Amino acid sequence: MAEAKSIIGTQNKKGQTYTDTWKMMNEAPRTPSFYTGSEVIKEAIRRASCDVMIAYPITPQSEAAALIGELFAEGYIGDYFRGESEFAVMSQCAGAAFGGARVFTTTAGPGTMRAMENFPMWAGARLPIQMIVTCRGINSPLSIQPDTLEIAYLLNTGMLVWHAETAQDFFDWILKGYIVSEEPDVHLPLALCCDGFFVTHTKDVVNLTPADMCLPPYDPYRSPVPCMDMECPPVRMMRDPFVMKSNYISYATHASWQQEIWAAVERSRKHSIHWLNGLIDTENTDAEIMIVASGTAVSQGREAIRLLEDEGVRCGLVKVKTLRPWPEEEIREATKNAKHIFVPEFNVTGWLAREIKATIPNHDRVHAGPHVCGGMTMPPEIIVSEIKTALGMKTFSLAGRGS
Amino acid sequence: MSKERIQISEALYDIMPSDYQDLVKSSTYGKEDRGWKDIGTSKELIEQHSLCAGCPESMAFRYILASLPNPEDTVMVGSTGCTSLVFPMVAVHNIHSLFGNQNAIASGLKRALSVRFPDRIKDVVVLAGDGATVDIGLDMTLQAWFRQEKFTTICFDNELYANTGGQESGLMQKGFVAKMAPVGKLFEKVRLPEIARESGCHYVVNCTVSKPSLVEKVIRNAVHIAREIGPTYLQLYTPCILEIGKNSMEGLQEMRDSEKPTERFAYKEYVSEPAKQLLAELAAKDKERKAAAKQLAGQASA
Repeated sequence: MAEAKSIIGTQNKKGQTYTDTWKMMNEAPRTPSFYTGSEVIKEAIRRASCDVMIAYPITPQSEAAALIGELFAEGYIGDYFRGESEFAVMSQCAGAAFGGARVFTTTAGPGTMRAMENFPMWAGARLPIQMIVTCRGINSPLSIQPDTLEIAYLLNTGMLVWHAETAQDFFDWILKGYIVSEEPDVHLPLALCCDGFFVTHTKDVVNLTPADMCLPPYDPYRSPVPCMDMECPPVRMMRDPFVMKSNYISYATHASWQQEIWAAVERSRKHSIHWLNGLIDTENTDAEIMIVASGTAVSQGREAIRLLEDEGVRCGLVKVKTLRPWPEEEIREATKNAKHIFVPEFNVTGWLAREIKATIPNHDRVHAGPHVCGGMTMPPEIIVSEIKTALGMKTFSLAGRGS
Repeated sequence: MSKERIQISEALYDIMPSDYQDLVKSSTYGKEDRGWKDIGTSKELIEQHSLCAGCPESMAFRYILASLPNPEDTVMVGSTGCTSLVFPMVAVHNIHSLFGNQNAIASGLKRALSVRFPDRIKDVVVLAGDGATVDIGLDMTLQAWFRQEKFTTICFDNELYANTGGQESGLMQKGFVAKMAPVGKLFEKVRLPEIARESGCHYVVNCTVSKPSLVEKVIRNAVHIAREIGPTYLQLYTPCILEIGKNSMEGLQEMRDSEKPTERFAYKEYVSEPAKQLLAELAAKDKERKAAAKQLAGQASA
């Protein structure tokens, strides 16, 4: 067979050079830039060789979705349009991915919930779509404020689910996310979540890769299922549609298909470890008190650790980067010395604490909290207060928080 | 895709299913004037079906698949319902994803294919039932038309939810007693062909599938216009004989009865001005091609 000609080193129509992703992410020079999270999404997509982006307005992702439109106008994206609702948008994304395109979209809160029927379909159809979720409240009465409850609903869809802490995470993970989710042994959609407003609407220094480098394009013929473009034989999928047969073969087919999706989530583990430098980050794992968190709760936890240190209390930290695949072994190992494990969260139910309790031995060590929700901020002081109270230390009451 | 793509390696030929061997030998991918007359002399792109005996939908499927002008580069999008029982046995790429989202899927698909194959024709054809098109999926049906998405939408109108057992649908006739319409349907059949015209479709036809030659004509027109100009819509009566109390052999007569001039499926057509122009150009080209072929045949026999 003739050797396939590599696209690496060639240029796209915007003059960007298709670059080996490892070199681009880890070796190319970085430029510090002061951007909002939304602008960072735009800058990542500029370098992502995306074919299709489909947009819909909902706070707090509207700005990012509109900025991607500017990239389309500049010629960086193959096609872009505004859909009619999140349900339709996620189906339009599916159609584009079925047709072999690298697809990007963004959503938030009630939009995530409206589109929900699509997500297990994406995973079941093995479509490596990337969806940014800028989390916000989904409760009634109407709220647009930060709240991470919607992530809980994504955990059982078969999608990869990552939770970014900072805009820097966002920039790197959007690009790395495509590489992981497009691996032939993974080939699953990725929900890349962040805490709305805290990440999207604040400015931060982010180190960007060179704008004249971009990801290699998506190759739909590496997919484990046929691309629907009539470029490969249109095999009849089956003699008898399994949809409504009540027999063992039918059940076994559906069961094995579901198992395969979750096996693919598992197989993403090794790629995620490689690209994200582990599924978790840790500090002070020898401490008896640990904070385990994801998203911006990690930043608040870090600040709480500093405050506690001033009072002579040593505390460690686990930053959970991927929720699917779930870093079970890593969290067990990182918390093995801990006598108390605190899980601060920006939601009312504490889904992360439940996941951790289901993972580690002696789960009565887990203190599910503090929780804030409905848009409330999480001052590090309330984490400190939660920890000191649990340890039987004297703590000052925080005004307005009823403690 | 060309017919070469479906060729079988010689070493594996004998272990391939016979229907695939037949597909390689005698299907009509790439045949310029393919149509309903190929049925019986070539391998059809639909292999069996699991619909009820005598279901007019199965006739419609056969005529449509025989008439697609470009099946080797056509991708079809279906939805949940009786049609989703047939698509797994159709030899063009087809997508089933959810119930009612077919025109959204097709919008993304058509755009992706246009980005990936800017210099090639890739047709997209949606085929779904009336529940999918008019009830649960109406929003996405209309929005695709508003956006002037360049694909064909075909609705198999059997005037009820057939696959779930005969419940009321928006395209059901007023007064019809059905499940979920226990005292008869209280409102008129939704006038989607008119709505389609107002929503920007360039070619709209309302008819039955009693005449294969007519199905061939409207399918070819709809696909060509969608490819060049904008959205097209075909509403085809495919009665659910089971749910209206007919026998297997009575489907054809039911369609003939319903297409009489005063009946609800009397042939109705709307063609926009640009679409008329395109059809005239295609007809002229066709005439030219046939004349040339005739001349060539005359020379050969002389």
